[in-house]
Amino acid sequence: MSARAAAVGVLMRRRSWRWVEALPWVAAIAGFFLLPNYLQLGTQILVMILFALSLDLLLGYTGIVTLGHAAFFGLGAYTAGLLATGGWHEPLSGLVAAAAVAAALGLVAGFVILRTSGLALLMLGMAITLLLYEVANNLNGLTGGADGLSGVEIAPLLGRFGFDMYGRTSYLYALAVLFVAFLLVRAIVWAPFGRSLVGIRQNPARMQAMGVSVFARRLAVFVLSAGLAGLAGAVSAQTSQFASLDNLSFDLSGTVLLMLVLGGPGRLYGGFIGASVLMIAQDGLAKENPVFWLFWLGLFVILLVVFVPGGLLGLRARLGLGGRDG
Amino acid sequence: MELLSVATGIVATGTAYAMVLYIAAVGLSVTMGLLGIANLAHGAFAMAGGYAMVWGLDRLGLSFGVAVLLACVLVGVASVVMERVLYRRFYARSELDQVVMSVGLLFMSVAVAQFLFGPSPLSVRLPGLLTGSVPLVGDASLPVYRGFLILFGGAIFLLLWAGIERTMLGARIRAAVDNRFMAQAVGVNTDLLFVTVFALGSMLAALGGALGADMMALTPDYALAHLVYFMIVVAVGGLGSVRGPFVAALLLGIGDTACKILAPQAGAFFVYVALFVLLLARPRGLFGRTA
Repeated sequence: MSARAAAVGVLMRRRSWRWVEALPWVAAIAGFFLLPNYLQLGTQILVMILFALSLDLLLGYTGIVTLGHAAFFGLGAYTAGLLATGGWHEPLSGLVAAAAVAAALGLVAGFVILRTSGLALLMLGMAITLLLYEVANNLNGLTGGADGLSGVEIAPLLGRFGFDMYGRTSYLYALAVLFVAFLLVRAIVWAPFGRSLVGIRQNPARMQAMGVSVFARRLAVFVLSAGLAGLAGAVSAQTSQFASLDNLSFDLSGTVLLMLVLGGPGRLYGGFIGASVLMIAQDGLAKENPVFWLFWLGLFVILLVVFVPGGLLGLRARLGLGGRDG
Repeated sequence: MELLSVATGIVATGTAYAMVLYIAAVGLSVTMGLLGIANLAHGAFAMAGGYAMVWGLDRLGLSFGVAVLLACVLVGVASVVMERVLYRRFYARSELDQVVMSVGLLFMSVAVAQFLFGPSPLSVRLPGLLTGSVPLVGDASLPVYRGFLILFGGAIFLLLWAGIERTMLGARIRAAVDNRFMAQAVGVNTDLLFVTVFALGSMLAALGGALGADMMALTPDYALAHLVYFMIVVAVGGLGSVRGPFVAALLLGIGDTACKILAPQAGAFFVYVALFVLLLARPRGLFGRTA
């Protein structure tokens, strides 16, 4: 067997589905039946998982550290919300529109942001978020400004399933969107394009020398990631029937980063673990004192990054329990 | 005449603001250039300086100068502890680890500040000597305190410039920024150099936070709210430099003040647009060196 065939064989084995990968989906469906009172929280968790998944493409696979991903989430949320308040209530086309608008901003912003590196890249990511924040805050006739965009009415899904007050439709809707997006991302990261992203993360100079256009690939994944973040924002706005300036905040960019890092970046499932753990903990601890929560969250991630680099999934791999690297 | 006095007001206020930004952020430029650490929590040291000064003024009844000095010393000592316990573990870590650690610190700084000093902004009692204002051109006048900030900031800049160009410590810093291993090989104690520079950078931040408390309000989310402006000063000015950030701070301070006076409803919108245009043309900032 030639070396090439052997390498392809290893890759094909690593990309094949394994039974553990059914776990999160089984848990999500079980949650629907067993915890009917927590469907609202569950929907929020699913939204954050999708958001963290979009960041994982950028951060975990391509190695682009950004603190401005809320820009695309917020733009998606406002796009979906404004479509609905403007009279277009159909949800699926709203999702597509929001993702497209966010991806378009990703193309424009990425073109500038990705030419820089390090501190300048971090700063520009935050600047694009603040820029949108100023716009959303100032167009308060359109966006509701600091009060947020309320009155987002969504027509029944596929003309049949209404978004009821129990949140059942919302939960399954968010789960279905996440599942489709996940299939897409999983296919991408194991495709040659996705492998080249990992190569870029590990050694951009070498990838460039091999004839890969590093800038074009980074821009492509940036646009894709921005679109997925916009999708997450749109699901958030449609299921909560609300969009606000919080969707464009540094806190949101920081929190999704911490969720991904807690779970383990570059492993597809990092966001599933990080978002679930942090949001359930926050739901229990932060109700009474949100500032107190910030303290423990900060301390926790510092200890984590000092002692457990690679996140919880990385810990599993280090203990030899079969976690695999992307 | 009207135009002239508006322009004078913008330049005077903007320059004073720029001096505060410069003093608070220049330490970040030098520590990042030297230690290669993305310390997003730099603003937390500035905030600590501001709160420590107000504490010294109000609780201990110190005079203004002594309170500022106390703030710098307290933050300097704390920063040495932080460097030894936490930051030194991150010098060789990935950028992601550094960012996550400093975001964690930022979140903690918000919580600690709110726990100790409450959520509302603290005001600063300025000494009698520095209150009042002097008339400038036309209707424009300059508060004495802002004039003091401009002179003081200019003096700090000259001191830092001379320090980095003319002293042995400055020579060691420049050597280590250019090539850390070569500097080590010719006998520079980089370990000691790192902690010294980190402490000096943090003390400058504390000084900026304390002196600037009048212009940049002391609230628990100070380190988050002003983070982008500190980063702009450093990223536009160039890493590891004391001159680049000075020019960047002047551009940002005056530009931001002009936006707020001429187009208040747009906020900092035009500042961010200008920033994108600038970094599209010069991705490494105004004075960034090519790697």
